[in-house]
Amino acid sequence: MPALYTKPAPPSDDKRWKIVETRMRRMGDRPAALIEALHAAQEAFGFLDEPALHYVGDTLGVPHSRVYGVATFYSFFTLKPQGEHTCVVCTGTACYINGAKDIMVGLEKRFGLKPKQTTGDGKVSLLTARCLGACSLAPAVVVDGEARGKVSAGDLIAQLEAM
Amino acid sequence: MSEQPAAARPIRRRVITEEVNEGPVRARAFVCEAASCMSSQAHDVMLRLGEATADAGLTDVVVKRVGCLGLCVAGPLVEIPETGQLFSGVTPDGVGDIVEALKAVKETDERQPQGPFFEKQLRVATENMGRVDPESLEDYIERGGYEALRTVLSDMTSTEVREVITQSGLRGRGGAGYPTGLKWTTVAKAEGKQKYVICNADEGDPGAFMDRSVLESDPFRVLEGMAIAAFAVHATEGYIYCRAEYPLAVARLRSAIRAAQRAGLLGSNIADTSFTFDVQIRLGAGAFVCGEETALIQSVEGKRGTPRPRPPYPAVSGLFGCPTLINNVESFASVPTILRKGADWYSSIGIGKSRGTKVFALAGRIVNTGLVEVPMGMTLREIIFDIGGGIPNGRPFKAVQTGGPSGGCIPAEHLDTPVSYETLIELGSFMGSGGMIVMDDTSCMVDVARYFMDFCRDESCGKCVPCRVGTTQLWMLLDKICSGQADMVDLAQLERLAGVVRRMSLCGLGQGAPNPIFSTLRYFRDEYLAHIVDKRCPAGVCEIEQPAEVMA
Repeated sequence: MPALYTKPAPPSDDKRWKIVETRMRRMGDRPAALIEALHAAQEAFGFLDEPALHYVGDTLGVPHSRVYGVATFYSFFTLKPQGEHTCVVCTGTACYINGAKDIMVGLEKRFGLKPKQTTGDGKVSLLTARCLGACSLAPAVVVDGEARGKVSAGDLIAQLEAM
Repeated sequence: MSEQPAAARPIRRRVITEEVNEGPVRARAFVCEAASCMSSQAHDVMLRLGEATADAGLTDVVVKRVGCLGLCVAGPLVEIPETGQLFSGVTPDGVGDIVEALKAVKETDERQPQGPFFEKQLRVATENMGRVDPESLEDYIERGGYEALRTVLSDMTSTEVREVITQSGLRGRGGAGYPTGLKWTTVAKAEGKQKYVICNADEGDPGAFMDRSVLESDPFRVLEGMAIAAFAVHATEGYIYCRAEYPLAVARLRSAIRAAQRAGLLGSNIADTSFTFDVQIRLGAGAFVCGEETALIQSVEGKRGTPRPRPPYPAVSGLFGCPTLINNVESFASVPTILRKGADWYSSIGIGKSRGTKVFALAGRIVNTGLVEVPMGMTLREIIFDIGGGIPNGRPFKAVQTGGPSGGCIPAEHLDTPVSYETLIELGSFMGSGGMIVMDDTSCMVDVARYFMDFCRDESCGKCVPCRVGTTQLWMLLDKICSGQADMVDLAQLERLAGVVRRMSLCGLGQGAPNPIFSTLRYFRDEYLAHIVDKRCPAGVCEIEQPAEVMA
């Protein structure tokens, strides 16, 4: 008798799918694993594309509509590929009153970047964080994973231009 | 997680010069390795200091990684606990002074007072911060860790544990202040075979970093508190719901969970008793509303984080429909100390119905940005001026914002109010998770209200109309005021709509969203009027009909 349910195959034979598959299996391939699975996929690939969403949904038995709903609800997940470099500007309260707004205005003037956008040449993506919890460094930014504190718009623009 | 801060990288081994030491330890150097110091090269400082002490032939000296020392503004910090000397802003090349100081430490030295920032604090939930290596179970046990859990498991019944917590007067440290003992009793009495304990580490309030610091500095304490809670409410499974924005906290928690499991302090048959309890971590994904307990449960279940009406409360029907205990990180962190020192000791601290201590994160325009724990009932003035060191550059104090986006701004005339759940609500603010953002005269209060409304409209989950539509409309009205295009009709409309959003919204996010408007209107109505009538911004923040300056 054929099995009622077969696990779907990964969208490609990219090895990184193994990581995603393992993470889901560890949580029993249950629907509750959806957010963890999306985290795993985004960690592995940098963003979530349609095949990834379908694969995760099919494995966990979650309708595609709900997978899409969850992926778009949480601001941490991104459905678009990121630029070569990422620049996260903290917009928490402490950073805000210490000049995060000037940084955002400066970046928009220089690069035409708004939050969640990437420059035309695909070099830099601008993201915002609600609060990095690094309030003593306000205003804080994270450029390619390196946190920097007490930055000015000019310094940051110079750093991004140099990349 | 591609955009992790530097602090997120796997934690390299700590330098333990103990390995080469034969004799007793004469002096120690504690290097702060919490996220804030880590992002200013604290780890390199520790490595260099380890090398430097070895080069200097100091065989009776230990260089140790510890959690947050509290004074985040002066990081990276190094402390010599024997003398109480504190080195701030240390660079990897500037460890020479510390080596000299370590050489000079004598056995007869006594710890000197470190100034009001440290001396005026009373540490309960943060008692081990800056004292233990966050990833060392031995360190934690040496400081009295897991004593409470062992006593609970061997000598107490679950009723007795709940009794102690009830008598201690501990209230939810996440902000609302629901009595913890009462919550535990409700869950314990709820019908259900399976029960869960959830630790809410989704610290979403901008400007608040207490939970992050506790998790990064003393993760075992939270695990012990959760295990005691699980015993008291008969739960066997626990979840820690932590923000993905806190990669270092998550890494240290994972390591702590593994260590506790290996030592038989988590998992089945804890401490050789029949008690079984295990903990898993769930990562948030950047949704502020998930700090609300019903939304958090949805998120742990892998769904969109939308709140649902209560009752039924999670204590009766929570995670997967089972009775669930949800407490905040700081609440759990207070539990082991309360059980070790007794309910009477804890309830002797504090004021009125607010007993014990509270951790605050000081940020904004304040000299000593950092983390402090003070007894309830201390005045705002003591916290901000004595401990916090006042406002930098001699500028005047204008307001302190507490409670995050659901809180309010408290002006100078109320600085002498003792801090407690009740007094803050009377002042139109809110305890919240404990962020205190200090503002000077360069902040425009209308702009601050607009900032928080922008936050709320962005973070509204969209389930109920008053919050989804109301916050956007309120933001548009505030924006109109800030740009000098509003009239008095708009102000009246703002007040009316704010009342509607407060009364009609489903969860705390919407109900609390108008609070910044109400509190700024209450204390700073003149600023609103200046924007509307005089078309000017007293603080010079808002851009009103001054295109020439905008270009500058």
